[in-house]
Amino acid sequence: MAGSELPVSARVVENLNAALHAVLAADESVHLLGEDIADPYGGAFKVTRGLSTAHPSRVRTTPISEGAIVGAGAGLALAGDKAIVEIMFGDFVALAFDQIVNFAAKSVSMYGRRVPMHLVIRCPVGGGRGYGPTHSGSPHKHFVGVPGLSLFETSAFHDNRALLERALSLGHPAILFEDKVLYSRRMFAHDALFLRTTLGTDDPCARLVIDGAGPPDCVILASGGVADRALAAARSMLLTDEIVCEVLVPSRLYPLDLEPLLPVLGAARHICVAEESTAGGTWGAEVAHLLHTALWHSLAGPVRLAHSADSIIPAAPHLEREVLLQDTDIVQAVREATSA
Amino acid sequence: MTRTAETATELLGAEVADLELMLLIRHFEWNLLDLFAAGELSGTTHTCLGQEHIPVALRPLLREQDFVFSNHRGHGHYLARFGDPAGLLAEITGRRGAVCEGVGGSQHVLREGYLSTGIQGESLPVAVGLALHLSRTTPGALAVAHIGDGTWGEGAVYEALNLAALWRLPLLVVVENNGIAQSTPAKAHLAGSVAGRAAAFGIDHVLVTATHLGRIRDTLGPPLDAARSGPGPLVVEFMTDRLGPHSKGDDTRPPAEIAAAYDWYTAAADDQFRALDRRQRETVAAITREVMSRPGTLWPDRSCR
Repeated sequence: MAGSELPVSARVVENLNAALHAVLAADESVHLLGEDIADPYGGAFKVTRGLSTAHPSRVRTTPISEGAIVGAGAGLALAGDKAIVEIMFGDFVALAFDQIVNFAAKSVSMYGRRVPMHLVIRCPVGGGRGYGPTHSGSPHKHFVGVPGLSLFETSAFHDNRALLERALSLGHPAILFEDKVLYSRRMFAHDALFLRTTLGTDDPCARLVIDGAGPPDCVILASGGVADRALAAARSMLLTDEIVCEVLVPSRLYPLDLEPLLPVLGAARHICVAEESTAGGTWGAEVAHLLHTALWHSLAGPVRLAHSADSIIPAAPHLEREVLLQDTDIVQAVREATSA
Repeated sequence: MTRTAETATELLGAEVADLELMLLIRHFEWNLLDLFAAGELSGTTHTCLGQEHIPVALRPLLREQDFVFSNHRGHGHYLARFGDPAGLLAEITGRRGAVCEGVGGSQHVLREGYLSTGIQGESLPVAVGLALHLSRTTPGALAVAHIGDGTWGEGAVYEALNLAALWRLPLLVVVENNGIAQSTPAKAHLAGSVAGRAAAFGIDHVLVTATHLGRIRDTLGPPLDAARSGPGPLVVEFMTDRLGPHSKGDDTRPPAEIAAAYDWYTAAADDQFRALDRRQRETVAAITREVMSRPGTLWPDRSCR
């Protein structure tokens, strides 16, 4: 069943699974590689359930070899196929860094002409589940600004079939980040305080505004699982500070197309970029630079960054909470921005 | 070197066309070192002096639908597959008519059924993916990856061999064991043996010590056929000598050690060989004059997203 035909109450993991079923069924050239993805196990997070049964020759469970399976995906892409490679935990994508950065992404242009590479690397990311320092990371920042590589992040507000088809159609490699805390969340459901619309068409960005609240004091850019923390922060600030926020949830993080967002961002006096990445060299810093360049004269102050601490991510839940970005961190960042 | 009464064609078990190709590669590489010395080349380049016979021996064993992955030391692989010294020299020197607009240079060349890339071991997982594609679409075709002895230090090699063996993929790994990785001799970088490592994956291994093309081809014909029809992976290890530096002028080996290496070029000097040698030297010189007179490349399509 196609993702778009699912009831809105489907969970994100079901939407992703349906998207993979649809993409594999619609195109015989699509392959899926990953560790433990075959039935009956169906992947560590059950995203790939049923796929190896439906497409046994194109859905292959692999040895624990992240570098080689991304390389094999690149080889399939080089031969004209399309490949989706699942990395079990996003942290492990570091093991495939060479294949992604030095081969798949560079091959798009290093041979002097455009070489199509239809390759998507899926990375479950993020903490909040107590998996500890090597299974909880948000490695996005390590891939920002790589020539020939695009970065996407799924959210509860983006249908995954459209997202996968978009990423597979680009002709250059893409990483699709999937916040693990989203898998069990219901698609499209959100706090009724907000009205949800969409900006942009090729790479839709969800826009959630507080119904009837008037122009916002601050626009919060937040992707993936952080969107819910941004919405919680916006609710809290409306009720306790009378600060009006709206939340933008982009699906394509890099390169970020500002054009469709400019009517909203250009009218904002304050902007905050929220992400779960640990501090330093973050995606948000890249976005802040874009925004400063585009909107220097309309902004009342610098774009604020809200992110996790400059720390490894500890396993114990109380310690993990201290490190990872919380909705209260977003509240604090927005309060500082708007009161300055 | 000892000169024998045998002609070069006898000594090397070669057809005239084989000798022409080996000599083309030899003069192409010498010419590059000359161009470097004259300050005409930028960057770096890795010559295959002493290893020319390997792609020439393999040439008739490979088919058009096979896909060849080359490495940093790949000029001989390209010339054996396509001829085209002008296109390759233009690539290396950034002149019009370059195979890849001068963007890839010496180590990054792509043409139908051929790709080189400059990072050790990186090509093997890619070759696995390509072999998977070929096994589905073009039964009988091989993915062929040239690597060196030093490449066996990379973990990617073992991940790829494991996949190729598990999935029974038509992958031919050609190991050009010249006994040295840049400046580090094999005894300092390779524990055990290539044969032992192949055996660990249950992959057939064929050792080639000859430079006699006829004998090499006779030896390799049946196992290559088996790799195609199995299908299944195969490791062929050529024991060879790197006569030149790793790149340009960076050889730290004692001159006596280099001089003691076997060189097919000095092993025979019959009249036919001399005439072919002279002709290929002149061919490369003429191509070089022509290519170096061309303007720089343009790189019209730089898009990467």
